[in-house]
Amino acid sequence: MRKLVKLVAIAALAAGLSTAAHAEDPFIIVQSTTSTQNSGLLDHILPMFKKKTGIEVRVVAVGTGQAIKNAANGDGDVLLVHAKPAEEKFIAEGGGVKRFDVMYNDFVIVGPKSDPAKVAGSKDAAAALKKIAAAKALFASRGDDSGTHKAELKLWKDAGIDVKAASGEWYRSTGSGMGATLNTAAGMGAYALTDRATWISFQNKNDLQIAVEGDPMLFNQYGVILVNPEKHKHVKVKEGQQFIDWLIGVEGQNAIRSYMIDGQQLFFPNASAEGMKKAG
Amino acid sequence: MLKPPEEHATVYSGGDSLFPLEVSGLAFSDRGRNLVDNVSLTLDGRSRTVILGPNGAGKSLLMRLLHGLLQPTAGTILWGGRPLDAAVRARQAMVFQRPTLLRRSAEENLRFVLGHLPRTARDARITELLADAKLTDIRTMPARLLSGGEQQRLAIARARAADPDVLFLDEPSASLDPASTHAIEELIRAIHAEGTKIILVTHDLGQARRLADDVVFVSRGRIMEHQPAADFFLNQRSDAARAYIEGRLDIGTVDQS
Amino acid sequence: MSDSGSILTLALSLVLSGDAELWSIIGLSLRVSLTAVLLACLIGLPLGAVLSVARFRGRGAVAALLNAFMGLPPVVVGLAVYLVLSRSGPLGVFGLLYTPAAMIIAQTILVTPLIAALARQSLADLHGEYDELFRSLGLSATEKVSALIWDGRYSLSTAALAGFGRAIAEVGAVIIVGGNIEHVTRVMTTTIALETSKGNLALAMALGIILILLALIVNAAVMALNRTARRLAYA
Repeated sequence: MRKLVKLVAIAALAAGLSTAAHAEDPFIIVQSTTSTQNSGLLDHILPMFKKKTGIEVRVVAVGTGQAIKNAANGDGDVLLVHAKPAEEKFIAEGGGVKRFDVMYNDFVIVGPKSDPAKVAGSKDAAAALKKIAAAKALFASRGDDSGTHKAELKLWKDAGIDVKAASGEWYRSTGSGMGATLNTAAGMGAYALTDRATWISFQNKNDLQIAVEGDPMLFNQYGVILVNPEKHKHVKVKEGQQFIDWLIGVEGQNAIRSYMIDGQQLFFPNASAEGMKKAG
Repeated sequence: MLKPPEEHATVYSGGDSLFPLEVSGLAFSDRGRNLVDNVSLTLDGRSRTVILGPNGAGKSLLMRLLHGLLQPTAGTILWGGRPLDAAVRARQAMVFQRPTLLRRSAEENLRFVLGHLPRTARDARITELLADAKLTDIRTMPARLLSGGEQQRLAIARARAADPDVLFLDEPSASLDPASTHAIEELIRAIHAEGTKIILVTHDLGQARRLADDVVFVSRGRIMEHQPAADFFLNQRSDAARAYIEGRLDIGTVDQS
Repeated sequence: MSDSGSILTLALSLVLSGDAELWSIIGLSLRVSLTAVLLACLIGLPLGAVLSVARFRGRGAVAALLNAFMGLPPVVVGLAVYLVLSRSGPLGVFGLLYTPAAMIIAQTILVTPLIAALARQSLADLHGEYDELFRSLGLSATEKVSALIWDGRYSLSTAALAGFGRAIAEVGAVIIVGGNIEHVTRVMTTTIALETSKGNLALAMALGIILILLALIVNAAVMALNRTARRLAYA
């Protein structure tokens, strides 16, 4: 009986650990953001890449800030995020090789239908934020050092408003991902800044609707970077570069363009001609 | 290693024997109370020795000291000239008042102490032990579902399994009916007949009369007397023993000066 | 938002449809947590048994430490394991981060103190009962420990199931060290976190219901075990 228990334990342990260790298909790890994953874009384009190259792309979707830190630790082969200044700093510090523009989408400010700050329909983000602050209308912020959070803070700065002082009053910092923040905003009838892709695919809109859109200040650029193999020897340079080349090449760009929800295009490819040519 | 004192330099019955057991100046105290007090005793390896005395006299403590389950505060215990160490204790076995049985079947309780034997020899020995204890029918029953008498017989069978030179029994039938008590006493006699020294603690006069070859009478942590059983029951030398035999209830206050 | 009725319907239809995706997620959850619990038992049961048997200075402190670690916050464990398994960490060369192995390691660390502490508690009582017998038989420490573990097997399975309950339900550790990668390290709890962040509350809740069902099954198993143990007087 006791021998049997031992045998079963060993067998179960072997089974549990086996697939963890067995040789895998070629794969790369991409540190990316929740917006690319939650919007469904990656689910749309990655199978196309896998079909062409046989390379599996494993996506770790976290906030841009955390994604960059993970990549700086060497925990990934490719970084796909949206915070250009932070990306450039990452490269300057030797974390990555080169940054390529991939695509953009835009941010929108969403808010409750009752619109307490009277900003609905505005095309001026800074002016709308000033009104929100003046009305002390609730605003839910990511507060998680993500790309969207960084973009939001820049907008407040441009509007000349110190949100730190209002934190806990009308300014609510959730410290969470985009979806969780939208859930919070929907729950308490707050305004929030979100990328359009997450917004369109978000299922729990409740009373929220788009209040402000179309301001060039709300432009949201995504970049892709190969993690520096000189700093981290294990980086899969060949496969990682293959992914980047595909993404900024004709096929990847077309794949991004073809992703729609309810007839709306969510991301707009804008890789440079140089990138397109190289890959093409 | 302790050297036996001069006066104990007796002729030992054999280099390997645990006897005589020589105890001198043995004491055990707990929180300032002398529970076993300056006990000296010599026992041979053949008889059935009954340690008799009222409740709380220190009988069970004395037995635990002799078996090494407790460390004495003072005094020496020599088994055949050897101090009480693991090798000596390995040749002894003990049966407790409340049978401590493993949460396993009857036969697994025996198998537990027979691990050193090859499988066929072990199974044969288990069969034999269970038969002697009249437990053949309940071989595969969970031990703790057995009756009180069966449990104690199983505990005795387990103690016997390793063929000990000494078997200690601490009030083995304290809570059992006459029939169960009889069965246990039969078992004890059978084990003694195989050459095992019996040291039995009881406060049951009847059991003492039935089993004892010699009686050690203990009261208030001290040995009041040690006599052959026939002599003891005829004529007690100590007031405490006399009072106990006569069933006087004021024994605790007897002047022991 | 969907009402609770439709959430329940969705949950049931998801389970009954035999959705391959869902079942692979449930399968990975079970594989990771069961393996972690098995490892935690291999470490925690002997550790708890040794602590219940051994007499040494500082034993009380070790027991108190174990009790405190019973409630280790999963995020903290996740972060610590991340720092160790990260490519920049001491064990980075093995490339274990973002694999099921990393999740197993994190959950093992999370659950071992719980199992060890519960084992220590129940085996200490058992040892109190067996102590004189064991010493009379002159058992070695190893023999004592293995006998205690075997005789305490029913209460110890309860400890193991408690550990499993903690492992299967935690999200904080596995999401950090596993990365919630689809088809690789995505388990039930991280899926719930993801679907919630997508605002997909119905699907998240459906998965939650499946998790609760699993917890119910586990608890039923515990009760059945205890009943058997009582019937055989092995408890």
